[in-house]
Amino acid sequence: MIPAAFEWHSETVWDVLPTLLEQFLKVTLVVTVLSTLIAAVLGLVIAMVMRISPRPVAGTVKWIANFIRMTPIVVQLLFAYYTFLSLDALTIGVIVFGIHYSTYMSEVYRAGIDAVPKGQWEATTALSMSTRRTWTAVVIPQALRATIPALGNYAVSMFKDTPFLLVIGVVELVNAGLIYGGNTYRYIEPLTLVGVIFLLASYPTSLLIGRLEKRLAFNT
Amino acid sequence: MDKPGNRAAAPVIEFRDVEKAFGDNVVLHDLNFSVAKGDRVTLIGPSGSGKTTILRLVMTLEEATGGYIFIDGEPLTHEERNGKRVERSKKDQKRIRQRIGMVFQQFNLFPNMTVLENIIEAPVHVLGQSKSEAGTKARELLEKVGLADKADAHPTSLSGGQQQRVAIARALAMDPEILLLDEVTSALDPEIVGEVLAILRNIAETTDITMLIVTHEMQFARDVSNRVLMFDGGKIVEEAAPEVMFSSPKHQRTQDFLHAVLGDADGTIGTH
Repeated sequence: MIPAAFEWHSETVWDVLPTLLEQFLKVTLVVTVLSTLIAAVLGLVIAMVMRISPRPVAGTVKWIANFIRMTPIVVQLLFAYYTFLSLDALTIGVIVFGIHYSTYMSEVYRAGIDAVPKGQWEATTALSMSTRRTWTAVVIPQALRATIPALGNYAVSMFKDTPFLLVIGVVELVNAGLIYGGNTYRYIEPLTLVGVIFLLASYPTSLLIGRLEKRLAFNT
Repeated sequence: MDKPGNRAAAPVIEFRDVEKAFGDNVVLHDLNFSVAKGDRVTLIGPSGSGKTTILRLVMTLEEATGGYIFIDGEPLTHEERNGKRVERSKKDQKRIRQRIGMVFQQFNLFPNMTVLENIIEAPVHVLGQSKSEAGTKARELLEKVGLADKADAHPTSLSGGQQQRVAIARALAMDPEILLLDEVTSALDPEIVGEVLAILRNIAETTDITMLIVTHEMQFARDVSNRVLMFDGGKIVEEAAPEVMFSSPKHQRTQDFLHAVLGDADGTIGTH
């Protein structure tokens, strides 16, 4: 029998909550953290390659990045899932999310690098600093400071995109809720909880980003 | 002190038929001049006359579009090979560049580092000095520029004058043979220009660093330099010792320029 709408069973809440939390910690959070790390590192690499490599290389990388950015992540997940059959869905998810978001983060880095004043580059030349020191000691620290909020926002945005993983069968938070609903015909409670969990996780993350931003500021 | 011409060694800086154009805009025209060791040469002239471009060419921040620049007799960025003008390797350019230091109008300190870190960055990572060795020397230099207590401060917490003094210390930490001073007081409030110039006077008196100076401070130019070059339209209009240049300039263009910047009736400044 199909229950009437808006019928709220609090015992269902206690029944489904542990499962949801478990999948949230084991899947949603893990994918978000790992993919953010991949995206943050790869994004920086892409931004640097576009800045310092010869034009044909930079052009090719730019084309690939645009291609990835201009196609939906769901398509990319499905494509990767059916192409690399030997990899498990969770690994595919982490890699695809990491690469997809690295193309967005590279644009953030690029803006951050462009925002480093010309005088800073000139000072590194005047001091005969190596290319490596110029980037690691001067440009990246200054570019990062400007980009941390935007990178953090992309991390939160990725976090909220993780439900797309259900298209390749990963049991993340939403999928766990749907599976519970499929078994019990109770959808309202699990999906409400899913929303609340996302909200409760997003909010502290944004606070954390704000803190990081402050810590990276120069005048302390 | 030796007269520049008496030195057997090659000039410290030599411009030979140097041309610099930005697109169709030719900033420097077949420029020829040389600077001997220990010379303090001030470049004066109206803005857009190419003075700053000369410093930027020496620092390899700009590339000449023609001619050759020599540092200690060695080509800086380009050399003549089989009658052709070819660029030197980045490695060679970098090796020569290490003998040259520059202080900028806008200071250009690294805001993500402390004052001390700014000063020891290049000595440690370019010259390979140990951190303690570079740190000791940096503190001496900070003492010299009157900022011994600011070693651990961040540049953004300093006044413009203090930042410029740190920038001077940072350039000196590399023990440059040549120091380029590009309008180092132009971004400063009038009342703190003096403190920066005093330090530069002191450096000029106590070292034999060759200096190439672009400044609007004519009194400073007069005190510090032994040669003054007047530029206009990318060419040297007049060259003289400061006593001569500032009291009895020959060229009409120089007279007009000095009138304009000094605001004097006769365009001269007195000795003191």
